[in-house]
Amino acid sequence: MLLQGVVAAHAQHVSTVSTVPVTSVRYVNGIMPTMDRRLYLHAILEQFEARYSGRGGEFRYDGQAWYGTDYDKLWIKSEGTVSTRGQFGGGDHEALYDRAISRYFDFQTGVRLDIDHGPTRAWGAVGVQGLALYFFELSATAYFSDRGAAGRIEGSYDIFLTNRLILQPQVELNLYSNADRARGVGRGASDIDAGLRLRYEWYRKLAPYIAVTYAGTFGQAADMARRDQQVVHDLNVTFGVRTWF
Amino acid sequence: MSSLHERQTASLTRRRFVTGAGLLGAALACPRNLEAVEPPRPATGLIPSAASVFDLSVERVPAPLGGMSVMATGINGTTPMPILHWRQGDEVQIHVTNRLREDTSLHWHGIRLPADMDGVPGLSFGGIKPGETFTYRFPVRQSGTYWYHSHSGGQEQMGMVGALVIDPAEASRHRVDRDYVVLLSDWTDADPMDIVSNLKFDSDYYNFRQRTVGTFVQDARRDGLGATIRDRLTWGGMNMAPTDISDVSGIIYTYLMNGQPPGTGWTGLFAPGERIRLRFINAASMTLFDVRIPGLTMQVVGADGNDVEPVSVDEFRISPAETYDVIVHPREEGPYTVFVQSEDRTGFARGTLAVRDGVLGPVPPMDPRPLRTMTDMGMAGDGHGGMAGMDMPSGGHASSERGEMPGMKMPEHKSPHEKSAPMNMSDDDMGDMDMSDEKPASVAAAPLKKEPPVPLHPGVEVQSIAVTSINRLAEPGAGLEHNGRRVLTYADLRSVRLGEDRRPPSREMTLHLTGNMERFIWGFDGKKFSEAEPIRMMLGERLRLVLINDTMMEHPIHLHGLWSELENGQGEYRPYKHTITVKPGERLSYLVSADTPGLWAFHCHLLYHMDTGMFRTVVVS
Repeated sequence: MLLQGVVAAHAQHVSTVSTVPVTSVRYVNGIMPTMDRRLYLHAILEQFEARYSGRGGEFRYDGQAWYGTDYDKLWIKSEGTVSTRGQFGGGDHEALYDRAISRYFDFQTGVRLDIDHGPTRAWGAVGVQGLALYFFELSATAYFSDRGAAGRIEGSYDIFLTNRLILQPQVELNLYSNADRARGVGRGASDIDAGLRLRYEWYRKLAPYIAVTYAGTFGQAADMARRDQQVVHDLNVTFGVRTWF
Repeated sequence: MSSLHERQTASLTRRRFVTGAGLLGAALACPRNLEAVEPPRPATGLIPSAASVFDLSVERVPAPLGGMSVMATGINGTTPMPILHWRQGDEVQIHVTNRLREDTSLHWHGIRLPADMDGVPGLSFGGIKPGETFTYRFPVRQSGTYWYHSHSGGQEQMGMVGALVIDPAEASRHRVDRDYVVLLSDWTDADPMDIVSNLKFDSDYYNFRQRTVGTFVQDARRDGLGATIRDRLTWGGMNMAPTDISDVSGIIYTYLMNGQPPGTGWTGLFAPGERIRLRFINAASMTLFDVRIPGLTMQVVGADGNDVEPVSVDEFRISPAETYDVIVHPREEGPYTVFVQSEDRTGFARGTLAVRDGVLGPVPPMDPRPLRTMTDMGMAGDGHGGMAGMDMPSGGHASSERGEMPGMKMPEHKSPHEKSAPMNMSDDDMGDMDMSDEKPASVAAAPLKKEPPVPLHPGVEVQSIAVTSINRLAEPGAGLEHNGRRVLTYADLRSVRLGEDRRPPSREMTLHLTGNMERFIWGFDGKKFSEAEPIRMMLGERLRLVLINDTMMEHPIHLHGLWSELENGQGEYRPYKHTITVKPGERLSYLVSADTPGLWAFHCHLLYHMDTGMFRTVVVS
C-alpha cells in the first residue's frame, strides 16, 4: 500500500520530455557543439562501518553505483554484514535499470539477489528512488518471486550542524508477504536497520563518522531469532566512513 | 579592519600563490609586421601595437598558480592569451596552430563575421586537429573591447581566454592617457570534466555556505521562530535553497585579474590627473563579478564593445562574457584597489592603480553574500524582494505583477503552460511595448507574428516555472541592492548611436531558460541541446527574442554572430550587446537582425550550464 502510494504520487510528475536527437542540422564532421549526453560513473559507500555492542560486533556496508546518462542508467546496489566469526549475512545485491521520471525521482527495475552464507534467493524488483520534498532522501522498492512479494523502504535526512558536520538519521525497513525460515525472515514487517550518523566532510568525498545504529526484528522474524538464540534488538556504537567518487 | 587582515592571510595560506606566475613564458603573439618589438605581456594589461596578421600557437603553458602537475592551456606561452589589437576596417589573418594532443578552436566573442570564421566546432568548422594550422581571415567591421576563447570542451576554463581590442576607424570618442585591459577569470587546478561530474552527483558540491542549524538559530532570533520555520518550509517544499548563488565557488576557484592571483594582483600605473580607460572583460567560466574601485567613480562608456552614453557609477556587475569599458580620473596618488568580488562572496580578484610598481592599496572587507528571494523564484507577486523602486523602463513586460498568482507552480498542477495566466497576460501585453519604443513615424508597423509558447511542465529538466516573471532591468542584481553605492543596471545603458536597423520586429519568439539544479541539467524550454530542434531565423528578418528565466540563477545568454539589442527603455538607442544576463525570475526582450547566414551558437555563457544542455543552434537562412 505504502509503495503504491509513493509510486502513484510520483506517477503524476512523469515528464513527457522526448529524447529525439537533433537530426535536422548537419553538423560539421558530425561534431556536436556541446556534449550533454555524456555518460557519468559514480559510486557511493554510504555505510562502511564497524558496529560494537556489549555482545560483540559486526561489519556492515551499504553502497550503490550508477553509470549512464541523465535519463538512463545502470544502477547497482549492494549491502551486507560480516560477523566477527566471518559469516556474511543480510547480503542483498541489486542490478537495476534506472530511468529519470520526474524532477527528483527515478524509476528503477531489475533483479535482486540475496547472496550470503544463507540460501540464495532471487527477486524481480520495481521501485522509485529520489529526493522527496523537504530534502528527504527516499527509496521504495517492491520485490517479487515465486515465494511471494517483499518491500523495502529506505529514507534519510541530512541535518547540517555546520557546512561540514552533518547529522543523518537513516532507516531501512523490510517487509515480506511470506516467511522464509531459512533466511530468518518473517511475514509482515520483518526487520529494521536504523542509524544516527554524525559525519564530518573534511573532503566532500571522504567523511568519517560516528554513529548509533540499531538493528531489530519484528513479529515472526523476532520469534525465529529468539528460537535461534539470536539478538532481537541490537543497539550498537558505530564507527565508519562515507565515501564516493 | 582586523577581519580584513585575517581574510587576506587565510586566502594566502589556502592557495598556492606564485606571484607573477602570469609573467612566465615570454614569447607572445607575434604580429608579423612587428617582429622586432617585443609586445607587452598580457599580465600587464598593456595593449600591444595594432596588427592584422597573427601567428598563434595553442599549447600547454604553466598554470597561473604554479604547481608541477597542473598545466593550463594557453597561447604562445601564456595564459591569459595575448591581447590582440586590431583596427576597424582591416582584414585580419590569424594563423592558429594546435600544439595540444586534442582538438582546439578559437572563437572571437562578439565579433560579427562570416559563420565559418566563428570558431565553434561542429557549427563553424571541424575544429583544429593536433598539429594542424587553421587560418581565420575576416574583415573587422566593428570596434571596442571584446575577447576570444576556446570553444572546445573545458579549454576555456583551463586558460584559453584572451582580450581583443579594436580601434575605431574614426577617432575614439574618449581621450584617455592610459588604456588597460582588465581581464577577469576563475582559475582552478581541478579538471573541468571532474567539476561537471561532481555537480551531477551533488549540485551543492562546491557550496560550503548552506543553511545550518546555526543559521536557523540566528534567523529565529532575528525574525522569530514561526517566521523562520515558515521560511525553511517554503524553501524545503521546493527542494531549493536560497544559498544557491554560484555552482562553483571560491572553494576551488582563485579569481584572477590579468592572470594574477589576489595576493598582489595586477598593477596599472598612472600619474595623478590622468584619465585611464579600463577595459573590463569577464572571461570567467562560472563567476559573475562585482567591480568597484573604492575612492574612484567609474564612468561606464562602453558595454560589450559598443559605446554607451557615459554613466557614473561606484560599482557594476559583470557576467561571464560581458565587457565594460570604464574611465576613471584619479587626482591623487592612491593607491586605488580594483576590488572584484565573486557574486557569492567566496573570493575576489584584485588589482591596484598606483603611481609606481610594488605599491598595494587596502583590500576592503567582502560584502555580505546575497540570498535568493521569492522574486528570484518567479513569485514576485507575493510581495517579497526587489520590486521597490522599479521604474519599468521599457514598459509592458512587467505586466506579470498583475498575474496575482502567489506561489509557485508545483508538479501537482499539471495544467499546461498556456493556462498559467500571468504568462499569457504578459504575452498579450507585449504589444504595449511598441509604444514605448520611439519608432520613427515613417516606418509602418508590420504585423507582429508571435510564435506560440512551448508548453512547459515540471519534470526531469524543469525544476520550476516562474509564475510571475518580471522586468528587473533596473535592478542591480542579487547582493547589490541598497548597499549605499550607485550600481550600474541594464536600464542605464543607452547607445550613443541610433540603431542601424530601424524596422520593428516582424516575429516574436519566447524562450524559457529552464533547468534542474538538483540533477544539474540545463536547457531552454525544458529541453537540453541534444533533444531540441534548432532555432530558425529567416535571413534578413527582424526578430524579437523574449527570454523568461524560470530558474533561480542568472544566465548570461550569448548569441553568436548577430547583435542582441536589449529593449531596456532607451527607445531607438537600445544598447547593442552580445551577451545578456537574465536574472532569476526575470523576463526581458531584445531585437535581432538576422543579417548573416549560417549556423550560430546560442547559449548560456556559464560553461557548465552550456555543457549540460543550455545551448541551441541558430540557423539563419
